[in-house]
Amino acid sequence: MDESSKAPLNKSDVVSPDLTKRWFYTDTVKDHFFNPRNFMDDDAGYRADGMGMVGSPACGDMMTVWIKVDPESERVTDMKWKTFGCGSAIASTSMHSVMVIENGGRTVEEAIRIRPQDIMARLGGLPNRKIHCSVLSDKALRAAVNDYFRKSDQPERIKVEGARVIDKVLKITDHDIESAVLDGADTLEKVQAKTKAGTGDPSCIPEVEQLIRFYTEKYFGPQ
Amino acid sequence: MPHESEIYLDHAATAPLDPRVLDAMMPYLTGTFGNPSSFHSAGRSAKEAVDDARDSIARVLECRATEIVFTAGGTEANNLAILGAYRSYREKGNHLITDAVEHHAVLHPIEHLVKKEGAAATMLKVDRLGMVHPDAVEGAITEGTVLVSVMYANNEIGTVMPVSEIGARIAAWKAAHGRKPTDPPFFHVDACQAAGALPLGVKAIGCDLMSVNGSKIYGPKQVGFLYVRSGMRLEPLLYGGGQEGGMRSGTENVAGIVGLRKALTLAHEERERENARLIALRDRLIAGLLAIPKTRLNGHPTARLPNNVNVSFLDIEGEAMILHLDEAGIRASTGSACTSASLDPSHVIIATGLPYEAAHGSLRVTMGRATTDSDVDRLLTALPPVIATLRKLSPVKLDMKHYV
Repeated sequence: MDESSKAPLNKSDVVSPDLTKRWFYTDTVKDHFFNPRNFMDDDAGYRADGMGMVGSPACGDMMTVWIKVDPESERVTDMKWKTFGCGSAIASTSMHSVMVIENGGRTVEEAIRIRPQDIMARLGGLPNRKIHCSVLSDKALRAAVNDYFRKSDQPERIKVEGARVIDKVLKITDHDIESAVLDGADTLEKVQAKTKAGTGDPSCIPEVEQLIRFYTEKYFGPQ
Repeated sequence: MPHESEIYLDHAATAPLDPRVLDAMMPYLTGTFGNPSSFHSAGRSAKEAVDDARDSIARVLECRATEIVFTAGGTEANNLAILGAYRSYREKGNHLITDAVEHHAVLHPIEHLVKKEGAAATMLKVDRLGMVHPDAVEGAITEGTVLVSVMYANNEIGTVMPVSEIGARIAAWKAAHGRKPTDPPFFHVDACQAAGALPLGVKAIGCDLMSVNGSKIYGPKQVGFLYVRSGMRLEPLLYGGGQEGGMRSGTENVAGIVGLRKALTLAHEERERENARLIALRDRLIAGLLAIPKTRLNGHPTARLPNNVNVSFLDIEGEAMILHLDEAGIRASTGSACTSASLDPSHVIIATGLPYEAAHGSLRVTMGRATTDSDVDRLLTALPPVIATLRKLSPVKLDMKHYV
């Protein structure tokens, strides 16, 4: 399956390549939603080599990921998850787990390189405003891999998410702006409605606008 | 396996067109096409239909026919009431009073007036059952108050507001301050969710403006009306041929108005019998849903629209629940952020003091004329396994004691 294909460009629904059909969730999304793969049925007695958590119920999405890693090959041999969230959050975590452990499992380094767009492509696309959900499961997996590095006594391999402060007054980071763009904010006004970036420190507005263009292009293709 | 029949439980979003309403409309969609402003006979029969509709609707509201202004739906009626009253009485004051659980068609025009036209607004809080308190309304009135806007019943959680009491308090304030009935503050009631379920007599409520729309009462979409008490003037939103007493220009939607009249009179006639039937279904459904662990009723247990049920299931997210129900042929709605275009959870449930995580897991069921006992049974059978499945997938384990 071609994982490099672009995320759909439209604003709400998923549209077929020839623009003749549109739908909210693809059949693949529905399949993974109604028949979730690899979810954690009962974590009592499950011996995880790494565990990662992201989100909170208040923001509407929360995920926990457990992984088992073969110490010799560093392959992720098992990935289990639990997700509080909408249909696409559940489906994308399920698909993500399939992608990580298929064909004997990816190595931890390969696994953390799976991008949100790759998961979306395997799902046949997600409505734009739902993309944030699948971005969460890759963050949960990276946290689980870091936890594995910690537990396996390799702290030097832990990767810290390098957030850069853009608005120095309100401490708004590039990650905050990235999340806002993924939530569908594609103009300065909309990003400010979500993050208030630049209202505390107007001098950063040109940089905020540049980041909006960068992330919009990164996730939604050239505009 | 054959798909089970569809159960539509989202009547607060919109209701199907009643076939009797369609029958009433048909002549005006086919043969009688005249413009009511024309002097010839084709125009006169269209005008007659509009006049008759106005008379019938006025009888339901116990008001004069000239006090009914037809609009293109509830949103326009609310906008005309708020923007029209504010702009018309701007020289008497700039203060508006409303509450946190109003529909966006009330909140957004008020926000616009605050942002762009110099208005000051008081946003009243509601209690945990979603009720606005008349004391709070009375306490918020100032010399400069132009308009108070409180809905008759809430579209999400079904709470019925004490509008008559609020109307009486406003009237008493006016009397005590030497204001005539034709002076501000005026009282607007958004009755879009109440029509068909609650009495609409405007004198008993004591309101100056009341919005009603057609599609919630089995009438056509994009047609509604605003009751405007005589002696009150509104700055129009639309200028043109001066129809509707100059308050709403544009050739009348004759078939729509005829349909609206039929829908409202039918709903009015059948109201008491239908309410009794729906309340029995509603209370049985609420009891059945509350038997599911970690479930909370949103809205008032008794001062509640007969067709409305709204509950929050902790630890799960509403969109996922709606997808499962949809697959089972059951159409309902949720206050979850995931189903709203803005990705914000229901402002109504948040306003009742519930935390965001409980708003995300809400289910709204709004029943209608076609809803039967067996539909309630089917929902009560379909839902518990859906909740159990989603809770099994969920890492969240909230403590119920924080959400009662």
